[in-house]
Amino acid sequence: MAFLSYLISGLGLGSVYAIIALGYSMVYGIAKMLNFAHGDIIMAGAFAAFFAMTAAGMPLIVAALISMAVCTLLGVTIERLAYKPLRNASSLSVLITAIGVSYFLQNAAQLLFGSDTKIFPAVLSGSFSLFSGALSVSYLSVVTIVICLVIMGGLTLFINKTKTGKAMRACSEDKGAAVLMGINVNRIISITFAIGSGLAAIAAILLCATYPSVYPTLGSMPGIRAFTAAVFGGIGSIPGAFLGGLLLGVIETMAKAYISTQLSDAIVFAVLIIVLLIRPTGLLGRKVSVKV
Amino acid sequence: MLKVENLVVRYGMIEAIKNISFEVNDGEIVTLIGANGAGKTTTMQTISGLLKPASGAVYLDGTDITKVAPHKIVSMGLAQVPEGRRVFAQQTVMENLELGAYYRKDKEGIEADMKNVFELFPRLEERKAQLAGTLSGGEQQMLAMGRALMAKPKIMLMDEPSMGLSPLLVKEIFRIIRNINKQGTTVLLVEQNAKMALGIADRAYVLETGKITLEGTGTELAASEQVRKAYLGG
Ligand SMILES: Nc1ncnc2c1ncn2[C@@H]1O[C@H](COP(=O)(O)OP(=O)(O)OP(=O)(O)O)[C@@H](O)[C@H]1O
Ligand SMILES: [Mg+2]
Repeated sequence: MAFLSYLISGLGLGSVYAIIALGYSMVYGIAKMLNFAHGDIIMAGAFAAFFAMTAAGMPLIVAALISMAVCTLLGVTIERLAYKPLRNASSLSVLITAIGVSYFLQNAAQLLFGSDTKIFPAVLSGSFSLFSGALSVSYLSVVTIVICLVIMGGLTLFINKTKTGKAMRACSEDKGAAVLMGINVNRIISITFAIGSGLAAIAAILLCATYPSVYPTLGSMPGIRAFTAAVFGGIGSIPGAFLGGLLLGVIETMAKAYISTQLSDAIVFAVLIIVLLIRPTGLLGRKVSVKV
Repeated sequence: MLKVENLVVRYGMIEAIKNISFEVNDGEIVTLIGANGAGKTTTMQTISGLLKPASGAVYLDGTDITKVAPHKIVSMGLAQVPEGRRVFAQQTVMENLELGAYYRKDKEGIEADMKNVFELFPRLEERKAQLAGTLSGGEQQMLAMGRALMAKPKIMLMDEPSMGLSPLLVKEIFRIIRNINKQGTTVLLVEQNAKMALGIADRAYVLETGKITLEGTGTELAASEQVRKAYLGG
């Protein structure tokens, strides 16, 4: 039973990683850049939700919508101001810019909100028991897993069935050819950042429901873990981000439970390295071969 | 229809196109022939808006399209079959064709054009659910042409459609180019295969290291001493 309980909380944690990893992976797939500031958009979403609930006394759902709006706007604005001018620059310049944006957001948050830790209101707390009390499952884990599945399903439908989704896939393969189809590549990139950032807001709230502290660097660690999850699953691949996130959450939770809390990060990265040695493109990443 | 005027295109310090002018009239097949590195692809990409010229203009029905956002040029009636096909390998044949009609909203028109494309290229219909990346080179060329036709272009640019194809397939592709032209689409064709290109062209230009050195009707150029020596193997 203990194992099952760890598995469920691992999947819950993994679902949060997966939601963040989807943002990394989609942006990488379309804009071919690592948006290092993605974790800090989570932080902005956490602050937005925190103030909406504490200062304005809004209910969770409204706070979540506000947080999504803030993150979406922030993500799109960052892309416009910081990344778009570098569309033809080297990937190193873009990476350095993204790291700069990340520090900028953290410092701006420190300046605006102070560096002290704020306590996020308790949401989605409580649990229910199964098997006549032998297994206790938190509502939060269940809600998180369900939200992640809904997001995953929705995104898959969007990417494969809608015209905009197909245009996104075209841009991810060949931007020049996409322009020749009449696709407005800048608009597609904006939409991608909007979706990724909106997902970051959802992740922010689920994260704060688990670890209820809000502070300017709160996005760093989950950001890095989710980035690892995205690489693990195959960066650029949506099912890969999903799978990578879930696996990372489960491995991390199991390692903490059965091996050592201190070593859990080391174990996660050891698994990552082994996977990348065997499959350099990640679990579901693929090498594209085009015939000429 | 299409008029290129005093076009200059640079890659950093390198001037790849050195002030060229040419035009393509309604209903014509015009070909631009030239050796490797002459600047053919650069010219095509500049016309489609993927590259910005250092100076000069490209007029499509009188509008200077160097000032138009590149994705809007397609909806003005200019489509391109790019060098190397550049089909979307991970999308199906059908999805590639639908992407060709991306800017269009006229459902019936799109369906009719799809039917027409399948008539021109029956092979594509047989393989419509197949991923484009798994098609043979010749099939990919057909898909790239079909995809461009789906934009219902007034003028279609084709960059070396014969590249890497067997002589038999090259013949087939050129027969289809002529068909497309007969259906009312103006064609600007870039080729290294001068013999085939001059054979179907109404008019032709010779591009050498970024400059137009010769022009005339297809037959005139095919007979010219200079062209025969340089491009037709004597
Ligand atoms: N991205 C680039 N950066 C720098 N120089 C370039 C670039 N693309 C092309 N060139 C140069 O511009 C010149 C023209 O190239 P272009 O591709 O237009 O030739 P082409 O006539 O299409 O040749 P081919 O028949 O081999 O396709 C060449 O000298 C080439 O090296
Ligand atoms: Mg070329």
